[in-house]
Amino acid sequence: MSQSLLSIRGLTKAYPGVVANDDVSFEIGKGEVHALLGENGAGKSTLVKMIYGLVKPDAGEMVLDGRSYVPAEPSMARQLGVAMVFQHFSLFDALNVAENIALGMENPPKPRDLAGRIKEVSELYGLPLDPFRTVGDLSAGERQRVEIVRCLLQDPKLLIMDEPTSVLTPQEVEILFRTLMKLRDEGTSILYISHKLEEIRALCDGATILRLGKKVGTCVPKETTARAMAEMMVGSELHTPSREAKAPGAVRLALKGLSVKSPGEFGTSLKGITLEVRAGEVLGLAGVAGNGQDELLGALSGEILSAPGMVEFDGTPVGGMGPMARRRLGLLTGPEERLGHAAAPDMSLTENALLTGAERRGLMSNGFLKWGKARSFAEEVIARFDVRTPGPEVAARALSGGNLQKFVIGREVMQDPQVLVVNQPTWGVDAAAAATIRQAILDLAAGGTAVIVISQDLDELMEISDRFAALNEGRLSDIRPAQGLTVDEIGLMMGGSHGMEVAHV
Amino acid sequence: MLKLEKRRQPSQVWAYLAPVVAVVATMVVGGLLFAFLGKDPLLAIRTIFWDPLFGEFAFYYRPQMLVKGAPLVLIAIGLSLGFRAGIWNIGAEGQYIMGAIAGAGVALAFYPLEAWWLFPLMVICGAIGGLLWAMIPAALRVIFGTNEILVSLMLVYVAEQFLASVSLGLLKNPEGYGFPGSRNLQQYPSAHNAELITGSGMHWGVVAALIAVIMAYILLNRHLLGFQIRLTGEAPRAARFAGVKPKQLVLLCMGLAGALAGMAGLFEVAGPSGRISIDFNAGYGFTAIIVAFLGRLHPVGILLAGLLMALTYIGGEIAQSSMGLSSSAIQVFQGMLLFFLLMVDVLTNYRLKLAKADAA
Repeated sequence: MSQSLLSIRGLTKAYPGVVANDDVSFEIGKGEVHALLGENGAGKSTLVKMIYGLVKPDAGEMVLDGRSYVPAEPSMARQLGVAMVFQHFSLFDALNVAENIALGMENPPKPRDLAGRIKEVSELYGLPLDPFRTVGDLSAGERQRVEIVRCLLQDPKLLIMDEPTSVLTPQEVEILFRTLMKLRDEGTSILYISHKLEEIRALCDGATILRLGKKVGTCVPKETTARAMAEMMVGSELHTPSREAKAPGAVRLALKGLSVKSPGEFGTSLKGITLEVRAGEVLGLAGVAGNGQDELLGALSGEILSAPGMVEFDGTPVGGMGPMARRRLGLLTGPEERLGHAAAPDMSLTENALLTGAERRGLMSNGFLKWGKARSFAEEVIARFDVRTPGPEVAARALSGGNLQKFVIGREVMQDPQVLVVNQPTWGVDAAAAATIRQAILDLAAGGTAVIVISQDLDELMEISDRFAALNEGRLSDIRPAQGLTVDEIGLMMGGSHGMEVAHV
Repeated sequence: MLKLEKRRQPSQVWAYLAPVVAVVATMVVGGLLFAFLGKDPLLAIRTIFWDPLFGEFAFYYRPQMLVKGAPLVLIAIGLSLGFRAGIWNIGAEGQYIMGAIAGAGVALAFYPLEAWWLFPLMVICGAIGGLLWAMIPAALRVIFGTNEILVSLMLVYVAEQFLASVSLGLLKNPEGYGFPGSRNLQQYPSAHNAELITGSGMHWGVVAALIAVIMAYILLNRHLLGFQIRLTGEAPRAARFAGVKPKQLVLLCMGLAGALAGMAGLFEVAGPSGRISIDFNAGYGFTAIIVAFLGRLHPVGILLAGLLMALTYIGGEIAQSSMGLSSSAIQVFQGMLLFFLLMVDVLTNYRLKLAKADAA
């Protein structure tokens, strides 16, 4: 990493009301893995979008390989050797791998040649892929491979990766890292965005830290502790959730051989899930995305109905009840997708507070809504969970991901749930907010609520769970006490490397 | 180069401004259209928008505004509930016809009864007629997942054929010298939807339309059901999460829209129109779609939009007779309103930005 590949000088981008990036400068060397760190809303995405040509900076300049670099649009960025793997895959389930890759190319070669190239490149970098498999049948890890191979086919000089490991098992992360290191050794630079500080320490050569749109520091991750990096991001000392040991109470929620078909064509059906959660206990469920998490949450929230006896709440069969009836009993849920599922994007926070809180918080009588009370409920959530927003009349989609997450989790937590089930409660949330949310979950458990946390963040699960299990292809592994589990054991519970071929690097 | 940039929040200002801009744009482009047809554009616009309200014969045209506006508002209110929830009933014209036939049919069956309860019964039967007709696309969608847009639209043509059939057969006036069409309900006192105040244009349909506006306002803004309707339209997945039952909502919204359209048909046939005839329907069911969107799917907006639309109807007729404008030109003019509204609507969610075409 002697020479600089991309140097960023004084990039500034303002949106109405916020300065997303304020005079940010840093350099990425040739063959360097550079981490971009920061809380949510710190401006990482905006910065990356400017590099990839999706957003135009208001001021500042970029120099790529010694030449001025002003990407007007992503296709131009790609031509100049900048490729990006997004956090959310942009693949079509119904098409096969080669077709998906061809769709993302400017001048796709003939399908036959392309398939050959895909095989060649994917094997070279230890990411074996069958070009003719349908994407809908691939695991999350394999889908990511498709995205990465799509980038590699363009021979990039700079590869941007946005939170790539959030969908992978530890074993799959291992494979990915070997690929990235091979790329680095060949001289490709990588800009790596992640919240997982230990990963950054293992992989990255340098790091730039953003806070509130400004660069607040740089560090060499290998020589710094994760805690020190986290504190640089947050700008204050980090608060680790605390909990007291207690004896679990009576069984509140029991699943008895819960089997339901997924409503989506490429979803995962649940197969014979049996578990119990007791009052005051946190059950952590790990699993790679797409292994039945959404379906499990749906089956618990009442969006997916099952045979009545398959879900029991305090001994009462509730499998056939809809969401409202379950909420009335005290079974509350928080889905993974914030916008469009947990919250209506164009509705105000007050209206979104009403979305699940109408009944338990007494926000209506005889079907007539009490807007004043709904508004003060929204304000309460905003205040207690430090949701940063001008007020409750703001539309949900105007909030940053982390802030909206605080709001939708807070909305459930503040309804005094008997059983709370949350899916990815801190997904895409900054360290400080994640700590707030985890603490709130632990406080609920301490108060006697039975909690199920479904998450892909293993550190999070180990931190807050009493017992631990993993979902794999719609089945649940054995449930084991969380204490003393090793990463290897957890990885195997999650399905190991899903039979993905290990890199031949 | 102009570029669209998504707003972080829908703009309140544009939500209210868009209909006004759309009306102005329609006047400008419509004026051009009239100019190309060889008519004086200013005079045409004046004839359409000004004369019915303030012209020489305004005393006659003003009540007509209520007569024409009431069915539009009544139907549009019903449609707007479904549209808000993403349920696209565009067959209100058929529901309007079936409501009129059902209600008038009841009256004619009892002819020449004199009883105070006949008219209320007709209103109820009119509503039921429209409701049942709307239940066909609703049930098909709920049970088989068919597309309610197609089914409800196709059923309009079925209803038109049915209307022709009853005007020539079942409901034909036995004393009508063989001409198609039913007895004139205007000459049937207990069935006549007469003006409540002579010369005002005010009949029971106008009253019903106003009540519908108020009820819809309360429903949408104060009641859980209205909240669920809006939620379903904005975020269907979030609605299911909140506990909305999508199938019930489809039946409810379609049913309400059908019932209101049916009532509108009954009020028309028992009042201003008077009889069931082959060409009894005047396209209110389709125009109401424009009214619903022009009024932002908001009850008060729909009331205003209904009156505006009624104005273009009346003004259009005046322009036809006094200036010799063709009726198709007037229809194009009305269609432009929706077209421009949808166009301007983009600005509610996006802002126009002047992007320099550098660095290409």
